[in-house]
Amino acid sequence: MTAPLAPTPRVATRRRASLLRSVLRQPLGAVALAVIALFVIVAIIGPWIVPGDAYTAHLDAILLPPGPDHILGTDPSGRDVLSRLIIATRSSMLGAAIALVVAAAIGISTGLIAGYYRGWFESVFSYGASLFLALPSMVVLLAARSVIGPNLWWAMVIFGVIVSPAFYRLTFATVAGVRHELYVDAARTSGLSDVRIVGRHILSVVRAPVIIQAAGIAGVAIGIQAGLEFLGMGDAKLITWGGMLNDGFQAIYRQPWLLAWPTLALVLISVALTLVANTLRDVLERSSSARRSRSSEQAPAVYTIPAGTALSVRDLEVAYGDDKAKQAVVVRNVSFDVAPGEVLGLVGESGSGKTQTAFAILDVLPGGGRITAGCVALAGKVTTQAERAHERGRSVAYIPQEPMSNLDPSYTIGAQLTKPMRKCAKMTKTEANANALRLLNRVGIANPERVMGLYPHQVSGGMAQRVLIAGAIATEPDVLIADEPTTALDVTVQAEVLDLLRDLQAEFGMAMVIVTHNFGVVADICDRVAVMQDGSIVETGDVESVFDHPQHPYTRELLGAILDDASVRELPSPTTTNGVLS
Amino acid sequence: MGRFIARRILAGISLLFVITSAAYFLLYLSGGDVARNLLGPTASDAQVAAKATELGLDQPLLNRYWDWLSGALTGDFGTSWASRAPVTELLSGRVAVTLTIVVAAVIVSGIGAVVLGSLASSRGGWVDRTIQVASLVGAAVPGFLIAMVLVLVVAINLGWFEPTGYINPSTSITGWLSTAVLPITALAVAGVAGVTQQVRGSMLDERRKDYVRTLECRGLSSRTITYQHVLRNASGPALNVLALMFVAMLGGAVVVEQVFSIPGLGKLTVTSTLSSDVPVIMGIVVVTVVLVVILNLLIDLLQAWLNPKVRLS
Amino acid sequence: MTEPLLAVEDLRVAYPGRGFRSPDTEILHGVSLDITAGETVGLVGESGSGKTTLGRALLGLAPVTGGRIKFKGEDITHADKAARRRLTRDIQVVFQDPYTSMNPNLTIEQTLTEPLRANGTSKRDALDKVAAMLDAVHLPTDSLGRYPNEFSGGQRQRIAVARALTLDPSLIVCDEPVSALDLSNQRRVLDLFIEIQERTGVAYLFVSHDLAVIRHLSHRVAVLYQGDIVEWGGCDQVTACPEHPYTQRLLMAAPVPHPIKQARHRADRQRVLAAQREAELQSGA
Repeated sequence: MTAPLAPTPRVATRRRASLLRSVLRQPLGAVALAVIALFVIVAIIGPWIVPGDAYTAHLDAILLPPGPDHILGTDPSGRDVLSRLIIATRSSMLGAAIALVVAAAIGISTGLIAGYYRGWFESVFSYGASLFLALPSMVVLLAARSVIGPNLWWAMVIFGVIVSPAFYRLTFATVAGVRHELYVDAARTSGLSDVRIVGRHILSVVRAPVIIQAAGIAGVAIGIQAGLEFLGMGDAKLITWGGMLNDGFQAIYRQPWLLAWPTLALVLISVALTLVANTLRDVLERSSSARRSRSSEQAPAVYTIPAGTALSVRDLEVAYGDDKAKQAVVVRNVSFDVAPGEVLGLVGESGSGKTQTAFAILDVLPGGGRITAGCVALAGKVTTQAERAHERGRSVAYIPQEPMSNLDPSYTIGAQLTKPMRKCAKMTKTEANANALRLLNRVGIANPERVMGLYPHQVSGGMAQRVLIAGAIATEPDVLIADEPTTALDVTVQAEVLDLLRDLQAEFGMAMVIVTHNFGVVADICDRVAVMQDGSIVETGDVESVFDHPQHPYTRELLGAILDDASVRELPSPTTTNGVLS
Repeated sequence: MGRFIARRILAGISLLFVITSAAYFLLYLSGGDVARNLLGPTASDAQVAAKATELGLDQPLLNRYWDWLSGALTGDFGTSWASRAPVTELLSGRVAVTLTIVVAAVIVSGIGAVVLGSLASSRGGWVDRTIQVASLVGAAVPGFLIAMVLVLVVAINLGWFEPTGYINPSTSITGWLSTAVLPITALAVAGVAGVTQQVRGSMLDERRKDYVRTLECRGLSSRTITYQHVLRNASGPALNVLALMFVAMLGGAVVVEQVFSIPGLGKLTVTSTLSSDVPVIMGIVVVTVVLVVILNLLIDLLQAWLNPKVRLS
Repeated sequence: MTEPLLAVEDLRVAYPGRGFRSPDTEILHGVSLDITAGETVGLVGESGSGKTTLGRALLGLAPVTGGRIKFKGEDITHADKAARRRLTRDIQVVFQDPYTSMNPNLTIEQTLTEPLRANGTSKRDALDKVAAMLDAVHLPTDSLGRYPNEFSGGQRQRIAVARALTLDPSLIVCDEPVSALDLSNQRRVLDLFIEIQERTGVAYLFVSHDLAVIRHLSHRVAVLYQGDIVEWGGCDQVTACPEHPYTQRLLMAAPVPHPIKQARHRADRQRVLAAQREAELQSGA
C-alpha cells in the first residue's frame, strides 16, 4: 500500500456512528463488509465446522476431484481441501491483525508526535520512514527468515514494522495539516494542555484516514503472508492458503483446480478489503466523478437582441445537478446588456450568483453546472455553447480573482503568455515573443524580458495579476469579464490595477463586466451596476442613480452597511477603564 | 540544480550506508550458532569450532564488519557459506535478469497509468467507472496469484508463451519475449492499477484548479490543457507512487520468479534463505538498496525537470 | 498617565529559516505600542507587514527574539506553559476565518465550554456562563446543540466572540475578524464588538487591512509597514490626515464608495503620488 500522496481528506463534518451506516448504504461497500465479516466468523469458528480431515494424509484418496465426500476434492496427500481452506482462514486473519496492530501502533504514535511537535522529531522519524520505504518487504522477510527460522507470527510483526511508514506518513500529514488550523490555536489560547488538544481536536481527524489505510494494509499483509508460505518459507505445521497454493502449484498439471480455491479465498478477501477502503474514502471525501455535465440550452431563436450591444444576457438560468428534482438553481432570470465601451458592475454578496453568471457567459462553469434556460449573445448575435467556447481567447477574455492560482506553476510567464498566441492567433514564436514583451510593457511591468523567464512563484501577487491582464488583452477582445479582479490584492496594488484596467478599457473600447462585492470598486470604474441577490438581479441602473437613489430595499441595506467615515470613536472615559468585567 | 543533485546523491549514499549497516548487525547478531546450524546436530564440537574459524566467525563482530565494509566498497561481498563461490559472482548474472523484468514492468506501469488515468479523468461516465473498478481489483490481487493464473491459462492451456525458464534478450529477442511477457505482466498489473488511481485522482484535483479555467478562457483546446498542463502538474504524486511500486516489484519479483522458474535475484534469495547463507543475503540487500536509490534519484531528476519549484529552491 | 494594560517594547519576531543553517526570517523589527484598559488599538497594514504576527506574539503563538511584552506590569515575553495558561484568562483571541476557527466535530456547547472547563470551572457553571454569553452575542440558546457548519459566517464569528468572552478577559486580540464576512454581516459584527466593549470595558487589539474598519472601531491606530510601525497615534489623526507617506498612500488607495467622491479621491491620489515621487527625487538628489 502506498502512503497518502493524494491530498489529505478534509474530513470530519460527520460523526462516527453514521460512518459505518453510510458505508452500508453503498451496495458495493455493504457486500464487501459482508465478505469480510464472513471471513472473520470462519476464522473464529473454523475448527468446529470443518467437514473432513484437514491434517492426516490419506494415500488412498489423493487428488480426488470434487464429490459428495470431499466437496472441493482432496490434495496431493489426500487431505480434504475444504477443511484445509477453512482452517487456514484463521492464520491468515490473525497474521494480518498482528501486522496491522504493530504497524498502527508504531506509525500512528510516531506520526502524532512528529506532526504535533515537528522539529527534530520530524527529521528523525521521517528519515526512519524513508529507510523502510526503500526496502522491498519480501526481501526483508526472507532475510529475517534466514536467521530466525520459519515463524509466521514473527514474520508478521516484522512486516508490521516495515509497513508502519504508511501509517506514519498518513498521520503525520493529517496532523501537520490540522496543527495549523485556527481551532487548534484557539484551543491553545483557551488554556488546553497538549495532551488534551491531541485527544480532543487531533485524534478525531486522524481516525477516518487511518481506518481507510488499515483496510489496505490488511489486504497487503494477507497477500505477502501467502507469498511467503507459497515460497515454502512458512511454518510447515500450520495450514495456510499460501501453503495450499504451493501444494496446488506442484500438481498444476495433474489437478489445476487445487489452485483455484485458495486463489479465490485470497482474491475475495483482498478485493473486499480494498472495496471497503475505497467506499470509506468516497463517503468521507465525497470524491466527485470525472463527469462534466453539458449544457442543454433552450432553442435560442426566440430572443430578440438589440443591435449594437457587445454582450447581452437574456433570462439566464444556471443550475447544478443532473436530476431535475434535486438540482440547485444558482442563477435565475438574469438579463442585461453591455454596450461597447461600457463597464457594468455585477455586485452582490457571496452566494448571490454573480460569479456563476460570469462563468456561464464564458462557458466555464465547474463540473455539474450548466445553463438550463436563457441565452448569451455576443455582438448582437445569440450564441451556442460551441460558439462561445470558440470566442474565448478571441473576442471574449477573462481576468480572474486570485492571481497566483490562475497561473500554471510549471511554466514560465513567457511560455504561458505566448502559447495561446501561437495556438489561437497562429503567430510564430518570434512574433508571439515580441507581442508578449509589448503587452507586459503595456501593463506596467518594468523589466519584461526578465519577467518572461520567471515562474509564477517568483513574482508578487500584483505582478501576477498584471501578467493575467496582459494575457487577457492579448487578442484585443471586445468583451472582458473580470471576476473580482482586485479582491485578492493589497489596497495600494488594488488602486494601481484599477487604474490600469480603466486605461486599457478606454484604449481598446472594450465592453467590460466586473464582478465585485466592493462598492468602492463599482464607484471607481463602472458606468452601470446590477445588484444581485440569491441568483437574481434586483436592481439595475446608472452608477450615480443607484448610489444616490437606490430603489430596491436590498440595495439600500447594502449601501447602508458601508462604513461611513464621518466620526471616530471617543476615547473611553476614565470611569469605564478599570478593565474588570461584570 | 547542481546542488540539488548533489544533495540527493548524498542522501542516497547515507540511506545505503545506514540500511546495510543495520542489516549487517541484525543478521549476524541474531543468527545464533551459525557454524552449528550449518553442520547440523551430528557434528562434533571440534568440527563446529573449525567451521567457525573457517568462516571468520571467531573474530569480533566490529572487525568483521569493517572487513566486510572495506570489501563491499571495492565490490567484494565475501564468499557464500553454502557454495563457497564469491557472492559478487553469484549476483552479477542474476541482477541483470531481475532488473530487466522489473524495469520493463515499471515502464509498462508508467505508460499504462498515464493512458488509463488521463482517459478516466477526462472522459468520465462508464469509461471512468470501468477503469476505476479494474484498477481497484488489479491493485488488490497479489502479483504471484496473477502469475499462477497466467501460467495455468495463457501458458499451459493456450500455449501462447513459455510457462517456465528465461532466455536473455542478448541471445534472442523473441525468445526473451516468449519467456518475459508473462512475468512482466504479472508484476505490472498492480503497478498499472496503483499508478492509474493516483494519476486519475491527481488529474481530477488539478483540473479543478483555477489556472485551468484561465487557460480555457485564453482559447486553448481541452486537449492541450489536459496533456500539457493538467497531466504535467499531476505527474508529481504519480511519480512518487511509481517509485514505491518499483520497490514493491523488486519484492514481488522474488515470488514471481519462483512461479516462472526464472534464474534471477529472487530465486537466489529463496535458495540462500533456505540455507541461511548470510553473506549472499547481505549482498542481495546491498544490491536491492542500490537499485532503489538509483531509481529514486532518477525520479527526483524527473520531478525537478517537471516542477520548477523543486528545481529552483 | 496610568500604567497601560499591555505594553509592547521594541518587539522582534523571527521565524527560523527552513533547512540547515539557513538564516532566520525576521518579521517584526522592533515595534512598540501600548493598550490602555477598555480601549481599541487598531493595527493596520498590508499582507506581509507583520500585523498578524504581532497579534500571535501577544498570544504566545509566535517566536519572540527580542524586546518585551508587559501585561499589567508583568513581563510575559517568554511566559512558560503554566504562566501562559494562566494568561488565557486575561488575553483571548478572535481569528479571521470563521470556518476554520472552530472544530467542525464539536457542538457549539463543547466549543464554548472548552476554555471554562480547561480552567477548572464546573460543568454546570460553565453551561450557565455559556448561555449568558450566547445571549450577549445575540444568538438563540438552542444553538448549543448544533454544529458549526449549521451556521453562517457571521453567526460563527459571533460564536467566536462568545468563546473569547467566556473567561472575562481584559484584552481580546482580534485578527481580521470581519474580513471574511459579507458587507452586511461585517457591519453587524463590528457593532457587536463596540457594544460589548462599552458594556464590559474589554480592550481590543484590532488587526485589519481595511482602514475603514479600523477607523470605525479604533481609539488609537498603529500603521505597520514591512515589520515596522511607521505611524502611531489617535484614530482621527492617523486615518484622516496621516503624516507618513505610506499611510497617505494607504488612505488614498482605498476607493470611496460613491462615484463622484471617488473621482475626486482618485485625482487627489494622483496628486499625492506625484508629490511623493517629487519629494523622493529631491531627497535622492
